[in-house]
Amino acid sequence: MTTKLFGEPVQRREDARLVTGQGHYLDDFGPGALAAAFVRSPHAHARITDIDVSAALDVEGLVAVYTWEDLPGALAEPLPLLIPHPALTHGRTAYPLARDIVRHVGEPVVMVVAEDRYLAEDACALIEVEYEFLKPVVGVEEAVQGAHLVHEDVPGNVGAHLVQEVPSREGRSAADAIDAAPHRLEFRLDIERSASMPLEGRGVYARWDAGDGSLRVYSSTQTSTSVRMAVAAKLGLPLPKVEVIAPDVGGGFGVKIVHPWPEEILVPWAARTLGREVKWTEDRREHFVSSAHERAQVQHVRVGFDDEGRVLGLDVTILHDHGAYTPYGIIVPIITSTQLLGPYKIGAYRVEFSSIYTNTVQVTPYRGAGRPQAVFCMERTLDRVAAYLGKDRTEVRAANFIGPDEFPYDQGLIFQDGRPLVYDSGNYPESLRMLKEMVGWDSFPEMKARAAAEGRRIGIGIGCYVEGTGVGPYEGGHVQVTSDGRVHVSTGLTSQGQGHETVFAQIAATELGVPIERVSVVTGDTRRFGYAVGTFASRAAVMSGNAIALACRKVREKALRIAADALEADPRDLEITDGIVHVAGTPSASIPLATVAVLSNPLRYAFDEEAKRATQFSGTSAMDRPPVDEGEEPGLEGRDYYSPIRSTFASGMHAAIVETDPETAEITILRYAVVHDCGKLINPMIVEGQIHGGVAQGVGGALYEKMVYDEHGQLLNASFMDFLMPYATEVPRIETAHLETPSPLNPLGIKGAGEAGVIPVSAVIASAIEDAEGIPIDRMPISPSDLYTLRLRLAG
Amino acid sequence: MKPPPFAYHAPVSVDEALAALAETGPHGKVLAGGQSLIPLLNMRLAAPSHLVDINRIGELDTIAARPGGVRVGALARHAAVERSAEAAAVLPLLRQALALVAHPVIRNRGTVVGSLVHADPSAEMPAVLALLGGSVRLARLGGEREVAAADFFTGPMESAIGPGELAVSAFFPVPPPRSGTAFREVARRHGDYAVAGMAALVTLDEDLRIAAARVACVSVGPAPVVIDLSDACGRRPAASVSWDAVAAAVRDGIDPDGDIHATAEYRRHLTGVLAVRALKDAARNAGTEAVDE
Repeated sequence: MTTKLFGEPVQRREDARLVTGQGHYLDDFGPGALAAAFVRSPHAHARITDIDVSAALDVEGLVAVYTWEDLPGALAEPLPLLIPHPALTHGRTAYPLARDIVRHVGEPVVMVVAEDRYLAEDACALIEVEYEFLKPVVGVEEAVQGAHLVHEDVPGNVGAHLVQEVPSREGRSAADAIDAAPHRLEFRLDIERSASMPLEGRGVYARWDAGDGSLRVYSSTQTSTSVRMAVAAKLGLPLPKVEVIAPDVGGGFGVKIVHPWPEEILVPWAARTLGREVKWTEDRREHFVSSAHERAQVQHVRVGFDDEGRVLGLDVTILHDHGAYTPYGIIVPIITSTQLLGPYKIGAYRVEFSSIYTNTVQVTPYRGAGRPQAVFCMERTLDRVAAYLGKDRTEVRAANFIGPDEFPYDQGLIFQDGRPLVYDSGNYPESLRMLKEMVGWDSFPEMKARAAAEGRRIGIGIGCYVEGTGVGPYEGGHVQVTSDGRVHVSTGLTSQGQGHETVFAQIAATELGVPIERVSVVTGDTRRFGYAVGTFASRAAVMSGNAIALACRKVREKALRIAADALEADPRDLEITDGIVHVAGTPSASIPLATVAVLSNPLRYAFDEEAKRATQFSGTSAMDRPPVDEGEEPGLEGRDYYSPIRSTFASGMHAAIVETDPETAEITILRYAVVHDCGKLINPMIVEGQIHGGVAQGVGGALYEKMVYDEHGQLLNASFMDFLMPYATEVPRIETAHLETPSPLNPLGIKGAGEAGVIPVSAVIASAIEDAEGIPIDRMPISPSDLYTLRLRLAG
Repeated sequence: MKPPPFAYHAPVSVDEALAALAETGPHGKVLAGGQSLIPLLNMRLAAPSHLVDINRIGELDTIAARPGGVRVGALARHAAVERSAEAAAVLPLLRQALALVAHPVIRNRGTVVGSLVHADPSAEMPAVLALLGGSVRLARLGGEREVAAADFFTGPMESAIGPGELAVSAFFPVPPPRSGTAFREVARRHGDYAVAGMAALVTLDEDLRIAAARVACVSVGPAPVVIDLSDACGRRPAASVSWDAVAAAVRDGIDPDGDIHATAEYRRHLTGVLAVRALKDAARNAGTEAVDE
């Protein structure tokens, strides 16, 4: 294998297309399609008493108006609850169009189809919906009182309640371990709402072919295969008659793994009903109020520890704000409660969460998916332990680390894949050593003193995390070498800009010994690969990467077998270099992979010069065997699947130095350092890019982003003017170092990297601000105004 | 996020524009750079039935820098005024403030006069006009009037401009000799509307004592809030001014509201801090700025 590209910083092959405007996003399809638009609820909680569409009927170019009453069969049922769980005793999902009650501002009530989007919106503005107001439930602590209910049949607004308890090795409960500990602390933490907020919102474009009764759907989704199954089921179509394609997708970050969205089944249904192409492109206001948010939690922490800062008992109670519905189950709070322990082994752990309904946009995973809250909790706890004991914060962490020789390490919990939470590998002390050296941790006190002498306030912070990545159940890969020597790779999961076209090609080129230029990659197109789960949970490289490697190995084995026949050599003596199969050490005894592909497919008809070699009179076929021998298939192609026993666990540690202005309370990040371990690196440049993007989103969550709901359930900042995502000017330069602790669980030794960057940032920035200010930081994000208020409170 | 229907007018001269505005009266809205109006239309927060697009009227694309001040035509983009060496030479405050107006792509399209007419109390240029005591020239079919800044900004997003009128230019007067200016603000993100901020003007006497000082504050009232701080500065050299007292005077002179980005208390505090910083900058600049002697 001399064409080694695995592990190299290969430039992203998709970027030339994406950065020069050649990408093809959802709204670039179907320029002549009819446009859908939606009348959405302006109220957080209300009963629909009447819908009057008569004024809209006068709009020229109006094609159709639909309400819930128009929906046939399965379309009229509530949307699927995608991930059931025994603890989710009161799971609730919305109807595609509100049936009688709306439960958040933005819930779709009426669908309008018109010749273009302008006319569709004109018609929407003329539709009058009468509402009878119901009391809105806003804020998780108010909701849990249960005075008013989001769903009449969900008492206390509690959708789910789950307790996991891991006793200490001595068999002590967390409560007992805390009570018996030399030191105890108890406090509360708050994390605000944010959202995935991809630059391209959701979107669906459907065309119905009445001639053959087939439907093609393009959706800006993170899972085309599952959208396909949902659309077929909801529309009562045979699965083979439905194709779903995820084109270039302008960011997902989790929100597009939720499916089917109301629009995702209503638009295809309208296309079939009307016999016309129909498209809906989400606008920004719709995205704010009609997709999904994440993060909001209130956490109550009790911790007991010894003189060294070792945690002997930890008890965390979480109120998780789930918004109005639970289509994605309780994955987010499950991840929070199971990933909270990070790289630490603690005495006894008890975690309890209640998932609470409120009259706000539903909560589903956003990059990090519950982990930023978990890490905020654990890292704030360890900072408090260190402060209480007067110890260095990194010493307290080191005292709690799982040792490098303790893997596999079983945390005793059940993870989001329903399987035991067992860490596969890691080296946390080495990560910490690298981070401290990179950021200059040990010399920071002098730096801080120098700054103080100039009247400046600076502080340093740290945050550590472990991220379960690459969850199952499976992904597959298909690899075909065609007679022109090109290699066509496909996998069912989708891409939202991660760089799959590059890393999957690197894997295929390395495994097959072909130049990367000959490899093309297709993702998220059910015409090419029908079995897949989707792109989420930092799983694409682990799952599809390994599946593609396994498929390539099948192809390679077959190629060597055919080439060995042709070269009259032993397949074990053959190698493939630059697309040529040759005898090791004898380059002249060779045959191009393209020719092997020709020979792999016995032909009756020659369509070009090369193909002649595979026809019946060419003399290449043995007369004593059938042209396609038993157990063989025509063609040089392979398909394989990768299904892991359990997740891989990546890890990382971040540190930041911040400055706070003593007068204006402005917060500036002076340095940001990352040590990251995702096992074997396929492409270090792409991993760094993932980290940079993640940290940028983390900075948003730490210092800028929140969803501000008023007591009426109105979202006050539903625009890019008031929902503050950081610009490039707000994101610091990010210094990164890699540690490679291979995963023993998969052939390539890799772990996921997609979400990593975002996970510890709020914890890190809080730690640094606390260090600069000497004020406990227990709530994120934090703005200059918030910091000023904290200063006043401390002073007075 | 698509605008409701409107009739579109594309005049090529001021006279044509005024005729269109006279005809459409209260139903007509002027489109210049569109950096505020287009989002308002797309979000259906504004629904004028007529848009009068003045972008083809070349005679409004002017920047005239004279010793007494700078007159900016209605089509002069922020970026053009920011880059104008002549304007910066007589009135450095224009460039100081414009660097803080949004981002380059918005400044390439947005206009200074459009920003004044939009009258957002968080915007920089209304504060500059208010601080300098400038004016806006309003034309209508058959006449025109010059409205002083103090009378022009009548409330949040409200100005003295009436139906049928077109703001054709704004005049930014040059302050007296030995004056210096500065603009300071704190925004949540680079280029955002300021949480608090101000334009400051300091005029020194021959002994380099502060003879006059005033600030125009943004984001702390329904319109730019101009505060005269000459007394608070007490006719002393900048080095011996009681700056705490100046900050207190500023904080007493405003009545800010809280919003989702900042409490009223923080805004009041911050405005005091920024006033001192801006006045110190302005006093320093008074010695160096190339004002008309």
